[in-house]
Amino acid sequence: MNYIKSNASVMAAALANGETTSVELTEQHFEQIEKVDGAVHAFLYLDREGAMEQAHAIDTRRSDGEELSPLAGVPLALKDVMTQKGIPTTCGSKMLEGWRPPYDSTVVSRLKDAGIVILGKTNMDEFAMGSSTENSAYGPTHNPWDLTKIPGGSGGGSAAALAAFEAPLAIGTDTGGSIRQPAAVTGTVGVKPTYGGVSRYGLIAFSSSLDQAGPCARTVLDAALLHEVIAGHDERDSTSINQPVPAVVKAAKKLDVKGLKIGVVKELQGEGFQAGVLHRFHEALDLLVEAGAEIVNVSCPSFDYALAAYYLIAPSECSSNLARFDSMRYGIRVGDDGSKSAEEVMNLTRHAGFGPEVKRRIILGTYALSSGFYDAYYGSAQKVRTLLIQDFNSAFAEADVLVSPTSPTTAFPIGQNDNDPLAMYLNDIATIPANMAGIGAMSLPSGLAEEDNLPAGFHIMSPAMKDDLMYQVGGTLEAALLNKWGAPLLSNAPDVVVNS
Amino acid sequence: MDEKSTGSAQSGISREDVAHLAKLARIDLNNVELDHLAQELDVILGAVAKVREVAGADVAPTSHPIPVTNVYRDDVVKPSLTPEEALSGAPAQSEDRFKVPQILGEE
Repeated sequence: MNYIKSNASVMAAALANGETTSVELTEQHFEQIEKVDGAVHAFLYLDREGAMEQAHAIDTRRSDGEELSPLAGVPLALKDVMTQKGIPTTCGSKMLEGWRPPYDSTVVSRLKDAGIVILGKTNMDEFAMGSSTENSAYGPTHNPWDLTKIPGGSGGGSAAALAAFEAPLAIGTDTGGSIRQPAAVTGTVGVKPTYGGVSRYGLIAFSSSLDQAGPCARTVLDAALLHEVIAGHDERDSTSINQPVPAVVKAAKKLDVKGLKIGVVKELQGEGFQAGVLHRFHEALDLLVEAGAEIVNVSCPSFDYALAAYYLIAPSECSSNLARFDSMRYGIRVGDDGSKSAEEVMNLTRHAGFGPEVKRRIILGTYALSSGFYDAYYGSAQKVRTLLIQDFNSAFAEADVLVSPTSPTTAFPIGQNDNDPLAMYLNDIATIPANMAGIGAMSLPSGLAEEDNLPAGFHIMSPAMKDDLMYQVGGTLEAALLNKWGAPLLSNAPDVVVNS
Repeated sequence: MDEKSTGSAQSGISREDVAHLAKLARIDLNNVELDHLAQELDVILGAVAKVREVAGADVAPTSHPIPVTNVYRDDVVKPSLTPEEALSGAPAQSEDRFKVPQILGEE
């Protein structure tokens, strides 16, 4: 039997009861990748040898009677922002072309310890800056629903790999929506845990006060299972939260929202939101009411300033973080002909190694942090961050979780926003507030927008370290939608046609 | 940079400003890139400047979503990268060290 269209939890069960092996599952996924990835371009690197070795090892341990972790033997696609020892890690940039990290990120260590099989590294916007994966130095990823459309970003490769059945699980990172927006536009599930919930050790930093790694999957339960593998305290990350991981698997299985208050954020549904996206959002709210939840309307007035504050804070932190790419210790070096100084070589390397969006953000951040402008820009943005947290606190006093559409629109055509950075930034309008406040948030499919038959996302935000609440609501809504549709949303996706 | 030195209309970022920022950021930018970025940054800064509307003197700034405290570890030597591993990605190396272009002027 071919398992590629099964959920990770189904694959895990089939492995546990001996119906399949990790070697068989892994081979099936490589077959699918071979078949479709020429058209989708979800992957930047495939580690066939390492994956098969891990699959064999897990099968041997299982047949020896060893008790294994629930997802042992299940394949996964890893966003190329995470270091994996000995495996090319580019972060979507020419700057790191050919670099093989000498160490594993904590996320990768935990995946390996859990027996998960890492198939390869997925495409992304360069240094995770973007909402379409068009900023990858290695070419765009194509949305499996419509190959002429973007798969979201920055984690478009991970989301597309799930939607094209190239992997049942993936890892993403989310600084302003890079897990959730790709999930929304590909009809998959993506979760940004509470900030500090998953270690950032080995995650190539973009904006350190916002970056958070999380699980990507095709179902809420699968995301929860992966969440529990990667989450938890890590002494190698000073911002890692030293508290027990919320019981997200249990919450995903609860399928009950009776008595829960769902807060609909007034500011996240108006102008700029596509009619079909809003329609599916309101239908989903009706399903939650039928399931026993209570809808309350909340207002978060400072959300109108979140996008502006984000596009000051993230570039400021990136201008500092990306100073490490200095051509001295790793990455490419350009122009070192013996006649130039270290500084000249640095200038030439950074010109050649960074793409336009990364340069734009470094320069913007350098400006926002420069003396004379610091208070007006970066300082003001930090104050907006305080206001956002206050708004969330007030809203969570009235509601258990907050909801909105994930992305204002469905997937747009590749190339549409090439010359309009501001239009591109608007994709993240609903996802950014959660990063700014450090709370958990998830996207799950709400259906296809009528206008274009492309997936729309339902966005659930939960208070910090109460990630279980969003899984509880997400799991319940997913079950209600599945019941209504009769089949998973992805069963409506066309088969990827490869033109050779 | 000095606020008075800025010239253009919207948020006041000129081509010369971008050239200065590029120098600070250690990125060589050519003339085409400088012109393009000056225009783009002017528009972006015009849009993000709205943060000033609500950033009153009475609002405390937040740098981090969770309280950040210094984390100490025990002063115990643990296994770490070997010199070979640490140098494995170096563009150039010599005698177990990173080899870099000259940092000071000619001797």
